[in-house]
Amino acid sequence: MAMYLNDDQSALQDSVRDFVSTEAPVSHLRGLRDAKDEDGFSRKLWQQFAEMGFNGILVSEDEDGLGMGHLEAGIVLEEIGRNLTPSPFLTTSVAGVAALNAGGKHLRDKYIPGILAGETILGLAIEEGPKHRPDKIAMEASRSGNGFKLNGRKSFVIHGASADALIVAARTAGSAGDEEGVTLFMVDRDAAGLSAESARLVDNGQAAAVTFNGVEVDADAVIGEVDQGQAVLTALLQAGRTGAAAEMVGVGAGAMDMTVDYLKQRKQFGQMIGEFQALQHRASHLYSEMEIARAAVMKAQQLLDEGNAGADVMVSVAKAKAGRTANLAVREGVQMHGGIGMTDEYDIGFYMKRDRALSEFMGDANYHANRVAELNGY
Amino acid sequence: MTDLDSFRSETRAWLEANCPEEMRQPIKGEDDVYWGGRNATFKSDAQKSWFEACLAKGYTVPEWPKEYGGAGLSPAEGKILRQEMGRIKARSPLQSFGIWMLGPALLHFGTEEQKVHYLGQIARGEIRWCQGYSEPGSGSDLVSLQTFGEDKGDHWVVNGQKIWTSYADKCDWIFCLVRTNKEDKYRGISFLLFDMETPGVTTKPIKLISGNSPFCETFFDNVTVPKDQIVGELNRGWDVAKYLLGHEREMISGGGLGDGSASLGGKVKPEIGSNALGQLDDPMLRADLAHFDVDVLAFKAMAEKFVDEMKAKKSHPAQPNMMKYAGTELNKRRHELVMASGGSDALEWESEGSHHGAKPRTWLRTKANSIEGGTSEVMLNVISKRILELPGA
Repeated sequence: MAMYLNDDQSALQDSVRDFVSTEAPVSHLRGLRDAKDEDGFSRKLWQQFAEMGFNGILVSEDEDGLGMGHLEAGIVLEEIGRNLTPSPFLTTSVAGVAALNAGGKHLRDKYIPGILAGETILGLAIEEGPKHRPDKIAMEASRSGNGFKLNGRKSFVIHGASADALIVAARTAGSAGDEEGVTLFMVDRDAAGLSAESARLVDNGQAAAVTFNGVEVDADAVIGEVDQGQAVLTALLQAGRTGAAAEMVGVGAGAMDMTVDYLKQRKQFGQMIGEFQALQHRASHLYSEMEIARAAVMKAQQLLDEGNAGADVMVSVAKAKAGRTANLAVREGVQMHGGIGMTDEYDIGFYMKRDRALSEFMGDANYHANRVAELNGY
Repeated sequence: MTDLDSFRSETRAWLEANCPEEMRQPIKGEDDVYWGGRNATFKSDAQKSWFEACLAKGYTVPEWPKEYGGAGLSPAEGKILRQEMGRIKARSPLQSFGIWMLGPALLHFGTEEQKVHYLGQIARGEIRWCQGYSEPGSGSDLVSLQTFGEDKGDHWVVNGQKIWTSYADKCDWIFCLVRTNKEDKYRGISFLLFDMETPGVTTKPIKLISGNSPFCETFFDNVTVPKDQIVGELNRGWDVAKYLLGHEREMISGGGLGDGSASLGGKVKPEIGSNALGQLDDPMLRADLAHFDVDVLAFKAMAEKFVDEMKAKKSHPAQPNMMKYAGTELNKRRHELVMASGGSDALEWESEGSHHGAKPRTWLRTKANSIEGGTSEVMLNVISKRILELPGA
């Protein structure tokens, strides 16, 4: 597969770019933040996403979606990142749908129509501590009657308080660290015994700590197979990590473009600051890193879409590289803006905040570099 | 099965039948590389038979047109051939500055006669070419070069000096930037080709910090060059030079990818040793290696994307500068890590066991990567000016 967008993908990119920059530019985020919006995103915009068809990108055509792949999902996410658009798209339409695609048809029949209509929102209840440790899932789901009873606590559930249902990873056998014994469940948000305590994050995202106090679910809430949740979890994580990497490329590119524009406007010492070689070289280094990060993400998307076994390592490469690079972009962005970059009035700080939140989402650059080392046997 | 699928299976079968086992081993020393030329000898029968099989198939220059010695492969077919060669770790059958640098310039700027003559020679590995660009006073500021060709009617008489001429003492012909008009800095340079055996040409190897001498000083003392040995128009050699530099930068940028085995961390594990979990015994070095491997795999994706975009004419014309910058900085990092992983063993300079100091000599050699073919600083200047369009760049 050639590593550039084909005509259909370019057309999609044009329409997404136009739509997101018109309907949800950075001022949209600022408005939600200033209004202290409880969801932290716009439900109206979520419906517009549905009308544009974006919500069905990973849904098969048989199930009324667009039947596209991670590359197309990434096209949407890059624009979301560039505009810092708050949206449940990544958790619901990308990671969530990828998990449902790897799981049972009965669950897709139940949840996909609502996602396609821009009504249903999914939350991902995977984490149990402040750092991403999906191999150490300890929360228990014990057998109870025909189903299971869930007890424990999950953290960093993005949009957890706004979600209609949560995808929950819990242990049905073995102990933390075991490969087998994890099962994924769909749990409705209003289930008895489930409570979500939401906190506003640095980037104005809303993340919940979710407590499961004897939450009962039927056997048909299981996504995939009991004790064999690893396959579904892998699909969810690969989609989420690659998607987050694509969004970070957008965040980095947005910050870089804004900064390069500023270098062409701001005057000091009687000249534009972009004339100083000290800044030119740093901006050019950043450009180079951004190009490499974008290529790494595209490669991961293509390998995932091909079902290539090499996707696993490349997904971690993409998340690590995009993570380090977007981080460079926002740090350079604030520094090169000087004093104005420290003001709330100016947008560059929003980029720094979103980058920080995305870098923790499904593993930071160190987590993924470590994973690359493990996959390479050292 | 699509045409490309059947091309892939044919290529796989052809490689299986024609690429000897010995030609699938990593390159250990300089003589494992076949450069061709008048004085070339094959190191082994395997090297010879691999070269000859590729030559017969047009695979020394697979994407050049058939009439100039290539196989006329499309970009997609060329990519498949590279992937399949990479898969079995096949060595390149013929390396040469003719293939990487002069060839593309001739394909773009050469006359039909020049193409048939010179490209054919390059494809067959008959002539080994060197590049006469830098001068003692013209390094990064290349356009200030002074080597002068005086117009004598049907020929030029060239006088001057070049420096950093790669393998000038082993090469047969030179492609050389020569000033033919002293009044116009940029439009006063011509791109000339001439035989290194022409009377008046002398070379002197330069010993480098690696102890090796891959570069020479090259002197021209009243060297006669016939008028038909110019590429492109008179005084417009800078256009040819810039075009060719793009290809040189692209070539040098490939160094960061190493020998094709993806993971440096995996490769050095036996030297460093590991703990009970199978992790390298040196956690800080392991972290450096892990981030390096991430960067290599990411850059590899970039290299593939760059070639695909270039062949589809979708890439920015200044993009080779970005590739050169990133690739050479990565290669320098690779060899810092090779040295750190080798520890005191990697310090050995002359022993048999160290292949006569292959590691430290290669490490030192890579320091030139971000200097030759345009320094990293010049690459960043070009990106600032042509891609980011920053003021005053």
